Amino acid sequence: MQPTLTVAAEDGRPVAPAAPPAEAALVLRGLTVSYGESAAVFSVDATFPAGAMSAIVGPNGAGKSTLLKAALGVVPRVSGEVTVFGTPLASARDRIAYVPQRASVDWDFPTRVRDVVEMGLYREAGLFGRLSGARARRVAQCLDRVGMADFADRQIGQLSGGQQQRVFLARALAQEAELYLLDEPFAGVDAATERAIVEVLAALRSEGRSIVAVHHDLATVRDYFDHVLLLNVRRVAEGPVATAFTAETLEAAYGGRLSTSHVGEILPAGGRA
Amino acid sequence: MSPFLDALLLSAGYNAALVTVGAALLGIAAGATGTFLFLAKRALVSDAVAHATLPGVGLAFIAMVAMGGDGRSLPGLLAGSAASAWAGLLAIEWITRRTRLKEDAAIGAVLGVFFGLGVVLLTVVQTMGAGRQAGLEEFLLGATAGMLFADGVTIAAGGALALAAAWALRRPMTLVAFDRDYAAARGYDVRRVDLAMMALVMGVTVIGLKLVGLILIVALLIVPPVAARFWTERAGGVVWIAGAIGGASGYIGAAASAAAPDLPTGPIIVLVAAGIFALSLLFAPARGVAAAGARHRRFQRRVHRRQGLLALAHGDAIREPYTLRLLTREGLIRPDGVPTAAGRAQAAKVARDERRWAVARELFRDADLAGRHAGLTPIETIFTADEIAEIDRRLGGPAPAGGA
Amino acid sequence: MGAEFVQISLTPILIGIFAAVACALPGNFLILRRQALIGDAISHVVLPGIVVAFLVTGTVAALPMLIGAAGAALLAVVLIEAVRRLGRIEPGAAMGVVFTTLFAAGVLLLERTDTASVHLDVQHALMGNLESLVWLEATGWRSLMDPAALAALPEELGRIAVVCAAMIVLTAVFWRWLTITTFDEAFARALGIPAAAVGLGLVIAAAVAAVAAFEAVGSIIVIAMFICPPAAARLMTERLDRQVLWSVAFAALSAVLGYVLAGYGPLWLGARHAVSAAGMIATVSGVILALACLYGPHRARVGAGRDAG
Repeated sequence: MQPTLTVAAEDGRPVAPAAPPAEAALVLRGLTVSYGESAAVFSVDATFPAGAMSAIVGPNGAGKSTLLKAALGVVPRVSGEVTVFGTPLASARDRIAYVPQRASVDWDFPTRVRDVVEMGLYREAGLFGRLSGARARRVAQCLDRVGMADFADRQIGQLSGGQQQRVFLARALAQEAELYLLDEPFAGVDAATERAIVEVLAALRSEGRSIVAVHHDLATVRDYFDHVLLLNVRRVAEGPVATAFTAETLEAAYGGRLSTSHVGEILPAGGRA
Repeated sequence: MSPFLDALLLSAGYNAALVTVGAALLGIAAGATGTFLFLAKRALVSDAVAHATLPGVGLAFIAMVAMGGDGRSLPGLLAGSAASAWAGLLAIEWITRRTRLKEDAAIGAVLGVFFGLGVVLLTVVQTMGAGRQAGLEEFLLGATAGMLFADGVTIAAGGALALAAAWALRRPMTLVAFDRDYAAARGYDVRRVDLAMMALVMGVTVIGLKLVGLILIVALLIVPPVAARFWTERAGGVVWIAGAIGGASGYIGAAASAAAPDLPTGPIIVLVAAGIFALSLLFAPARGVAAAGARHRRFQRRVHRRQGLLALAHGDAIREPYTLRLLTREGLIRPDGVPTAAGRAQAAKVARDERRWAVARELFRDADLAGRHAGLTPIETIFTADEIAEIDRRLGGPAPAGGA
Repeated sequence: MGAEFVQISLTPILIGIFAAVACALPGNFLILRRQALIGDAISHVVLPGIVVAFLVTGTVAALPMLIGAAGAALLAVVLIEAVRRLGRIEPGAAMGVVFTTLFAAGVLLLERTDTASVHLDVQHALMGNLESLVWLEATGWRSLMDPAALAALPEELGRIAVVCAAMIVLTAVFWRWLTITTFDEAFARALGIPAAAVGLGLVIAAAVAAVAAFEAVGSIIVIAMFICPPAAARLMTERLDRQVLWSVAFAALSAVLGYVLAGYGPLWLGARHAVSAAGMIATVSGVILALACLYGPHRARVGAGRDAG
């Protein structure tokens, strides 16, 4: 790997390889998203390696979730290019799985756990493809993998926050994708769920799949991830965790706020039932 | 235009003048009251309230006839409509609090069901001997023609009263509409303020029934605040502007209707307000579409220009078609993508400023610099010449990248 | 229950059922998307639509009226989206602005033109006239086999039956897309499902249902049909497929019970005249909703769903 620590993001461009290595899972170039007239994400370049676990880290309002959604085409971008395994986003949809923020949906929706996981198959099954047989077994396996096999017929409103997150992960597993994009997968989940999710993600990585997660808990970045993008509207630093996730880069991303209002983020997550 | 002018100048007869003034007062009260609803994102509650008045009108008529009256007494009908509107409000609150249904479903259910019940009662009224000429249909769309002096007084006095109440309650209502938790922390009884706000909405609705009609009175509560929102970012300002827009709509609309008695009053008042809304949406400088669109295009142009110039400076290819078009149009690159002399100069400046920004962020370690001044702000506007000189001095060597 | 029932009551009851079901089907998804009041907005703009259609064509023929109403509904939806996005105004207020303005314009146009000679009045559009849709040529149940009598069925019946069937087919065909875009729009987009088109299609379908239903039950009562049966159904089950079936049952029950109560209820109470059937259907649907709120097995919110969203 090139020494890609680049506190001076744009200026570091000549150091970075001109063309991303073939093993890059997700490449963003000049990605800009604006709500109204101020940039939520500004001109971000990033290269998330294949077969690795990458984190997107930054303070509140830094545009982490927006970056992920723009990479998926869920929100429109002002400018920029997205490449997935070397091909444009549009032709790579089957290779991507997405886990949105748990709080982004209404869990009072009248549906069961099993039905939610089935949604992961809606693209491959189309409007009429059978969801019984092999696909039903796949749904059951995915639920089993996240420890939710006993909850398949439960109404989703009855789940705890951690269980909801596991269901969302199971839905993404059902997609059998090569690249997993997760938005705050550990937010508001209990410690057991966090361990379970980390295990599943690590297993995915060992199968050669790639993971990019928006992550809010600075204390666990080093334990969980290989690669990190520090974001505060613009790219602050990017590279292997060992070199890019340092006191200097954190201070550059968080500024003075790190020592005061973000103490909670450095401490291990307390967890919530 | 002369009759209209007469009406505008309140010289088209005593009754017409009274109604016109009453409509203006009602418009101000409705605009101001509606603002609190709008800020609390509950604008359409007023629609349910308005439709829920219909069964009350019917029941009041039936009751008054049963008691030997003539059934058409305006205060009696308004009291009935207020009672059923209040029942509708309670039903909405009960459904949203007790069940899993959301407020929009509760609003729609109450609106449709109460109106349906009202239609049933109207058919009952029509079959009553006294009901043939009841004229209750006027409550649907409003009418000033044939309005009695007492009706004019009722509307003018009611409008003044609603306005006074809105004025008296403006502080707690603004606070609650804007931030319920903060208002509660400040010691306001949020639930009671809510109730007062709803009572005010109901009052405006009931007073406006005869004038604007129950289907369109809701427009006086919604359109002025939405129009006012384009002119200011301050909640207090919205209240004032909405009141002014509502008052002007009521005044002009009622005057026009007095000049042309065969036209229904309600639609004219609403269309005046809608015209003001359309102008505000398009041309208001603060949040108008024209201004916002221009700002967004400017922003997009600056983003693409900067990215294109940086790519030139680094010798990268420009891929995005818009960037290429933009730079070509500005004479910074030739159609084949090769930079012109001007383009090279601009690219060098942008690249230099990027390096300066990087150093500046290193120097000042300020999260705002990392975030907000995202590279579109000319560096000269943030730092003094001395600071830039210092930055340039440090630029001499490569930026140190002290790793762990 | 003989010839008179077939003549006077059969077609209004059928029209009522079809109208209620056609509205309830899209209504299920509208209330889950918190867009219940789109039905409110659409139903109000039906009036300006038919007025403009009348002004353009000069007739009160059904087809131009339906096209005009559907066009107005579409225009309203586009305007609401424009106000919401361009003006950054919350959806409820955007709806309120658009539909009151269009409605006011419709009323004014109507009053300015000489429509006294034709049967086109505001009250009729608002309240409907289900009772008038009778089948006078019928002589009894055997008329259902008689082509000549069948040809004289009120044409409203055929229209609303077609629309109702279309709603059933659309709901079945797009079931998965409707479900996933309603539950988790961002995920649906990431899957490449055209979420925006599905949302717009749902609103257009609702508009078509409202337009077809309004000539029977009037434009305001359509709102009750959009919302009450699905809302009551939501309180009966935790499964979307069952909710939709419940809503269809509630819609049909409201139509039948409402019509019967309007026609015969006053007679039982000793009065001489029937009351508005459309109004009574809405009232019955409200009573069903109230009962569901009181006794529905799944009326309360449970679990962590409470704080989400």
